[in-house]
Amino acid sequence: MDKPLVIVGASYAGVQLAAAARELGFDAPIVLLGDETHAPYQRPPLSKGLLSGKTAVDQLALRGPDFYTEQRIDLRLGVRATALDLAGRRVQLADGSHQDYGWLALATGARCRPLDVPGANLHGVHQLRTLGDALAVQQAVSGSSRATRACIVGGGFIGLEVAAALTAAGAQVTVVEGQTRLLARSFPQSMSDYVAAAHRQRRVALELGRGVEALLGDAAGHVASVLLDDGRLLACDLVVLGIGVLPNVELAEAAGIACAGGILVDACGRTSAPNVLAAGDVANMELPPTPHLPGGPARLRLESIQAANDGARAAASVLVGRPQPLTTVPWFWSEQHDLKLQMAGLPAHGDQTVLRGDMASDRFTLYYLRNGLVAAAHSVNRPAEHMLARKLIAVGAQIPADLVADPASDLKPFSIPRPRG
Amino acid sequence: MPTIHYILKDGSTRSVEAKPGASVMETAIHHNIRGIDAECGGSCSCATCHVYVDDAFLDKLVPPDEMEDELLDGTASERAPNSRLSCQITVTAALDGLIVRVPQRQV
Repeated sequence: MDKPLVIVGASYAGVQLAAAARELGFDAPIVLLGDETHAPYQRPPLSKGLLSGKTAVDQLALRGPDFYTEQRIDLRLGVRATALDLAGRRVQLADGSHQDYGWLALATGARCRPLDVPGANLHGVHQLRTLGDALAVQQAVSGSSRATRACIVGGGFIGLEVAAALTAAGAQVTVVEGQTRLLARSFPQSMSDYVAAAHRQRRVALELGRGVEALLGDAAGHVASVLLDDGRLLACDLVVLGIGVLPNVELAEAAGIACAGGILVDACGRTSAPNVLAAGDVANMELPPTPHLPGGPARLRLESIQAANDGARAAASVLVGRPQPLTTVPWFWSEQHDLKLQMAGLPAHGDQTVLRGDMASDRFTLYYLRNGLVAAAHSVNRPAEHMLARKLIAVGAQIPADLVADPASDLKPFSIPRPRG
Repeated sequence: MPTIHYILKDGSTRSVEAKPGASVMETAIHHNIRGIDAECGGSCSCATCHVYVDDAFLDKLVPPDEMEDELLDGTASERAPNSRLSCQITVTAALDGLIVRVPQRQV
């Protein structure tokens, strides 16, 4: 019998890789290793609906219970890989046993960046990555002795989603962000300003351009306040850290697989080692060339479900000897209060922004153009326009800026692919 | 428990028991119904859980809100008068026997 495909990591990328391999007719055994004890679950609701009470735990399963047996996927939970032997093609496991592989796929994901200040280990200080993390935060804001004043460290997507969800759960929330604006890595100033105003209007307090010096506790060792770098103390009984993630590259690095800001992979998910693939948050993936949109990065480690799913599909295509590189326009979304934010394409490709709609109405799209070509689009409460923008970016639509700026104009005709000369 | 019938791309039908309160999309994911992608996990963001609802059940459904209505304009397979996003249809006892057809394409 063929040696199995062993997948390390049982979240979006790992599960999708297994599923896509089967869909493409890959017939060897598949072993899917997950170090958590929960069956693979959806992560987006962890920082949204699960905290606000809109989503229940039993709604989170990524696939139905019969999926893994039906698809002949040997899902092993609570199993951690500790080392890779590339020459011997085997994975060392934490219980001392090992697993031989014919193909190996690393979908080890990322972990929360720790906050390196005194008091970071106090009770009541949480991070948010896993279902276990989310349940701990949910518990902290429910029940009779629930936390009522929350401080979120980090004004990125996770921090802002948690801020919104905890506000909905009845807590008074302050977000502390070291940069002078929110979401600075993803958004231009105008979008950052919009998001900041939207949160303040919805009762979230923001401390921008402020660092955290220490977390201070009460006599019982529970967090009681956050000391800011201007000397002020923010009283709180709950702290959630959302200061980014670190890719889990250690297994790969120790085995000599090339890593730089993630595991380096080509557009088909191939690492520097033979028969070793990688996908998901850990993979720093080569992007498909976009000659019509110069100026963007050659590779990216994208932390999104789309990147995990599409990267995994590309990797699965290698397994069956029909490599299909990634071609999809990157996209992701966020939900904060009543706002649905949807991001398509890479803003770095644009050199001009054009606003379509009115920011004050909480329904608009900010387009990023380069020489009139649609490069990226950030939408708020415009899901249909987001879907259209993804098509416009994919086909390389060229639209005059004044037409983009006119909300009454119909952009759909531009989404029909045109022959490239 | 209410039964939902999913007509798949190849014309075959999968009939499954649905939990009241779950969405038609969640029920499909739980039972591994092929052709309902639900890329966004049910947050009404992606239009990849598009289904065609059997006419007999159309007026038993809460009509689409503005967001769903807009998204239905962006589905990969053509929108029809009976097009809905299955993440927005909540299973109730009244929907026992619901028939939905999976479109040819979701993306």
